[in-house]
Amino acid sequence: MTRDIDCAWAGPWTWVGCLNKSSGKSRQAQAPTIVMFLVQQDTELPYVTGTSVVALKYKDGILMAADMGGSYGSTIRYKSVERIKPIGKHSLLGASGEISDFQELLRNLDELILYDNMWDDGNSLGPKELHSYLTRVMYNRRNKFDPLWNSLVLGGVKNGQKYLGMVSMIGVNFEDSHVATGFGNHLARPILRDEWHENLSYEDGVKLLEKCMRVLLYRDRSAVNKLQIAKITEEGTTISQPYALKTFWGFTAFQNPTAGAEGSW
Amino acid sequence: MDLKMEDFNAPHSMGTTIIGVTYNGGVVLGADSRTSTGVYVANRASDKITQLTDNVYLCRSGSAADSQTVSDYVRYFLHQHTIQLGQPATVKVAANLVRLLSYNNKNFLQTGMIVGGWDKYEGGKIYGVPLGGTIIEQPFAIGGSGSSYLYGFFDQAWKEGMTKEEAEQLVVKAVSLAIARDGASGGVVRTVTINSEGVSRKFYPGDTLPLWHEELEPQNSLLDMMNVASPEPMNM
Repeated sequence: MTRDIDCAWAGPWTWVGCLNKSSGKSRQAQAPTIVMFLVQQDTELPYVTGTSVVALKYKDGILMAADMGGSYGSTIRYKSVERIKPIGKHSLLGASGEISDFQELLRNLDELILYDNMWDDGNSLGPKELHSYLTRVMYNRRNKFDPLWNSLVLGGVKNGQKYLGMVSMIGVNFEDSHVATGFGNHLARPILRDEWHENLSYEDGVKLLEKCMRVLLYRDRSAVNKLQIAKITEEGTTISQPYALKTFWGFTAFQNPTAGAEGSW
Repeated sequence: MDLKMEDFNAPHSMGTTIIGVTYNGGVVLGADSRTSTGVYVANRASDKITQLTDNVYLCRSGSAADSQTVSDYVRYFLHQHTIQLGQPATVKVAANLVRLLSYNNKNFLQTGMIVGGWDKYEGGKIYGVPLGGTIIEQPFAIGGSGSSYLYGFFDQAWKEGMTKEEAEQLVVKAVSLAIARDGASGGVVRTVTINSEGVSRKFYPGDTLPLWHEELEPQNSLLDMMNVASPEPMNM
């Protein structure tokens, strides 16, 4: 029996169909039938989603960029969603995926940071600890078939050490000098691999991020031209005010692209 | 289209248009009045703007059962909260209660809501709580199936700092435009205006709404039209 068909539905109980490949000899017994099982599945569907987050390490810390779009299926429903938030003194968290899950995660982290502060022992949760915590949360939810539908980017600086990591909704986590989620994986990563180097200045870092974000704007249909770039250094965090990027459409090839091939696109 | 058994037993759904708009001094909430079971209009004069407290109201869309249940729970919690707090609940608290229920039951519920009201700390506020339980504070919010037709309209027509009359007119115009194009929205337009002075409900029956493209002035009968239109004989 193989699980050939299943129907997705936003509810814990789902009908899952299996193709019953019988081994009987008679023609009737060999006719394929479908056996349906009512099973409990918690896996939810995302509704309001954010698209890519891109981040890189630079000379003084971490730079992170994300647009402010909240898509509802194919509709760009919300255009002022903040998808990068400071966590404690030492970290920034950027999220793509379901916004309600990100908001819930922020509430959990608030509590975590509060308890951490209440110890009043001069110690504070750094980016490495937070990344570990988030990985545990995401992985355990995935094991219960009840994921937080997010790809998270966690960046920060503590005691001069820069840290940048990522956790996916299934708990895959890693640390790197530059990361990207969603479409950014396909479009931003190649640019970063080519042009990132150690000890980027702030200006070069911002320009590199903007290059990635511009490409995403051209090629990701869920992208919105309103973004924020966040910076975290030993001194603290700053999240820029929302701004829009200029785009270039002046290629001669764009003027009359079907001139040589009427009827083409 | 023939009616099938599924249509009779289809869940009550509010294909709807709901709107919430802030203005200089308060908020205006608006909605259509159609509740459908499949293709049949189960209630053509529903009230989708539900009271949560004296100063906070909720626009409901999606499954009628789910949104009514959520609003009942939230009204109950807010009532207790008001007693314990000793003063009216804030719009933010009401919106967060709606969010909590929506988020924690996201696998079961199918309802998108708009919370709007006035409190003495923040003035008029609108919060959208779409499917999934995201909470988002907005200067204006639209929801329901009819809202698809209004994104462009609001992008063009919305502006900051409107007066109460401008805001009400905008809401009525918008709901009416959505009704014109969304089969799942219809009936009358209801608005609820909330500000420091209190709450005022208004009701706009279909015949008071403007006519849009390809819509005709309603008549009592063809016969009336014939009498009016008959030409005078010419004098030669």
